Amino acid sequence: MNKTNKQKNKQILEGSRAIALTIKNIAPDVISAYPITPQTHIVEDLAKFKAEGEANYEYIRAESEFAAASIVLGAIAAGSRAYSATSSQGLLLMTEVLYNISGMRLPLVITCANRAISAPINIWNDHSDAMALKDSGFMQFFAENHQEAVYQHILAYKVAEKLNIPVMVNIDGFILTHSYEEVTIPSRSEIKKYLPAFKPSVGTYLDPKYPVTLGGFYSPKYYRQTREDLFKDMQKALLEIKKEWKALSTTFNYKNQGTGLVEFTGSKKATTIIIALGSVAGTIKEVIKNNNNVSLLKITSFRPFPAIEINRLTNFAKNIIVIDKAISLGNAGPLGIEVQAALRDKKKNIKNYIAGLGGSDITEKQIAKMINSANKKSDKVIFNI
Amino acid sequence: MKKEKKYFLSPGHNACSGCGQLSAVQAVMRGLNKDTIIANATGCLEVTTTAYPESAWGLPWIHSLFENAAAVASGILASLKKRGDKKTKVIVQAGDGGTFDIGLGLISGMWERGENILYICYDTESYSNTGIQASGATPYGSSTTTTPSGKQSIGSTQNKKDMLAIALAHNVKYVAQSVAGFPTDITNKVKKALTISGPAYIQILSPCIPGWNIDYGDAATMGKLAVKTGLYPLLEYENGQLIHSSITKNFKAEPVENYLKKQGRFKHLKATDIKAISQIAAYNISKYKI
Repeated sequence: MNKTNKQKNKQILEGSRAIALTIKNIAPDVISAYPITPQTHIVEDLAKFKAEGEANYEYIRAESEFAAASIVLGAIAAGSRAYSATSSQGLLLMTEVLYNISGMRLPLVITCANRAISAPINIWNDHSDAMALKDSGFMQFFAENHQEAVYQHILAYKVAEKLNIPVMVNIDGFILTHSYEEVTIPSRSEIKKYLPAFKPSVGTYLDPKYPVTLGGFYSPKYYRQTREDLFKDMQKALLEIKKEWKALSTTFNYKNQGTGLVEFTGSKKATTIIIALGSVAGTIKEVIKNNNNVSLLKITSFRPFPAIEINRLTNFAKNIIVIDKAISLGNAGPLGIEVQAALRDKKKNIKNYIAGLGGSDITEKQIAKMINSANKKSDKVIFNI
Repeated sequence: MKKEKKYFLSPGHNACSGCGQLSAVQAVMRGLNKDTIIANATGCLEVTTTAYPESAWGLPWIHSLFENAAAVASGILASLKKRGDKKTKVIVQAGDGGTFDIGLGLISGMWERGENILYICYDTESYSNTGIQASGATPYGSSTTTTPSGKQSIGSTQNKKDMLAIALAHNVKYVAQSVAGFPTDITNKVKKALTISGPAYIQILSPCIPGWNIDYGDAATMGKLAVKTGLYPLLEYENGQLIHSSITKNFKAEPVENYLKKQGRFKHLKATDIKAISQIAAYNISKYKI
C-alpha cells in the first residue's frame, strides 16, 4: 500500500463507530442486540449501515439482551457468523445464554463496553461486568485504545472460528466507546485475506441435509469430558492467539509491541512492574515514560490467562502493582488474585489497587503515588490511593 | 435392500409408558417434511429423546435453554434467510412451563417480529420434568407438588392462563388447540399451520401419566374427555377468526366429573369445586361455540 492510501485510511473516529465499521467489514451474517449505555452507539451504527444499504447482514431487533444472545446462538448453530454487543446489566442478563454458547462451542464474538454493575446503579466504566463472566468459557480480550480494539475484533473472529470458542472483546465504556482517536479501519477485502468466510464443517450445524442433534442431555461421564475439552482448547488458544496476532500485525502492517496475550512497555529489568487491563494502560505509559525503574505489563488476553508470560516478564522485578477495575468481594481484585496465583512460587511484593470503580478517574498523580509507595508497607488490597 | 421407514422421532425414546406428550409429538412429526429445523426447550421431550451420544431425532434439532427456544428459532430463521433458504421450516417445541411462564417474554418478541415460525406447546398442565410443580397452565383445583391439596387447600387456586388469547393479541396468523387422543387433528393442524406465512401457535393438551396420576393406557382417553367436556375444545383461528371448533351448535357436553374423577390430581375435589370447574366448561362452551 502506498503512503497516500495509508493516510487516506486514517480517520478520526468515535470508538463505537470504529468498532461498528470493523464489524461491518468482518461481515457477520446475523446481528442481534438490545440497547444499553454505553454500548448503544455500536449497534445504532450497525443498524444505520443496514438501513443505508451498506451492509447485508440480518439485523434482528431483540426484546432483551437475553433474547439477543439466544438469537445469535441460533444463528451460529445454523451455520452463520454472528455478532452482538452489550454492557453491564445486559451482560449479566445474557449470562445464562453465554455459558450455553461456550458449552455448545459456538464461535460468537461480542463486544462488551465495560460498565459498572448495579446496585447502586451507575452507568460509568469499570470491569465488574467482564469479571463476572471470567469463568464462562469465553475468551476475554481487553483493548487499550481504538486501534487495538479494531484489531482485537478481527483476531477474535479468527481464533473463535478456528477453536470453536466464543470471544468477548472488552472496551472501556465511555473512555473508548465515546472518545475520538485516529484509527485505521481495514477494508472488507483486506479483512477477507486474513479472515476467510465462516464455513463450519458439514454435520456440525443445523441443516436438513445432515440432520444433527445439538444440545442433547449429557450424563456425568460425557459432561465432564466436555469441560475438560474446553479447558484444554482454551490452553491451546494461548498459542493460537499469539500466532494469529503476529499474522494479523503483518497482514495489516500494524506496528505494535504486543503478543496478543500481553504487551510489555519499558525495561525488562525494572524493579517495579505495573499490571493492568484496558485503557488505563495509556495513562500508565504516560507516567512511566521517563522512568527506567518502572515498566508496564498490559494484559490483552485475560482469558485464556497468560500466566507463563507474566512469570517470565516479571522475573527481575521486586514489586508488582496490580490495578483492578473490579473487586471480587470477599477476596481481592480479580486480576490481583490471578497474578498472585501465577507468581505463587516467587517472592514478590504484590500490591493490588482497586481503582476506577463506577467511572472514578485513575489519574497520573494516583499512578505516580502507587509507584512511590511500591516499596512501603501497606495492605495487600488498597482502595484509597 | 428395502429402506426402513424413516421416522423423524424414532421409537427409541425413554419417556414414561403411555406418555401423552410423546404420542402428540409423533402426530406433529407426521405433519412435517424433512426440510425442517426444530428448536426445543428444556423439558421431558428434550431429556427423553437426546441422552448423549444417542438421539431419537431424524430432523436437525437443537436445545439451548428452558426459556429461549423462541429466540433460538428466530436466530435459525435469520441464518436461513441470509443464505436464501426459503424452503426450510423452523419449528419450536416446548412444554407449558417453557411457554406460559419462563419463556413468555421471548415468545412475545418472536411474535412481535412476525417471523414465519410454528410454535408448538405440549401442555401437560404442570412442570412434569421437574416433578409436577404448578405452572401458569395448571387448571383450577389441580393438586401439584407446589399446589398440593390438603386440609386447607383445594390445590391450585389459580385459573389456567389463556395462552391462545395472548397469541391472538399478537396477531399470530394461525392459532390452534388440540389434544393428544386426536392425532389426526394434530397432524392436520400442523400441516395447515405450515401453509400460513407468519407466526403460528398450536397448543396440544398432553396428558402426563405421573403428573395427572392416571393409568398408563389413559392418556388418549383423557385428551378426548377434555374435548368432550368442553374443558379443552379443539380450536382453530385464522387471522384472528375462529374458523373451527369442536363446540358446534349440536355440542352436548359430557359432565366434567367423567374427566376429573379418573385423574389423581383432582380426586380430592368436593362437589362445590367440581361445580366451579363445570362453570369453566360452560364458559368455554359459550365462548367457542360456532
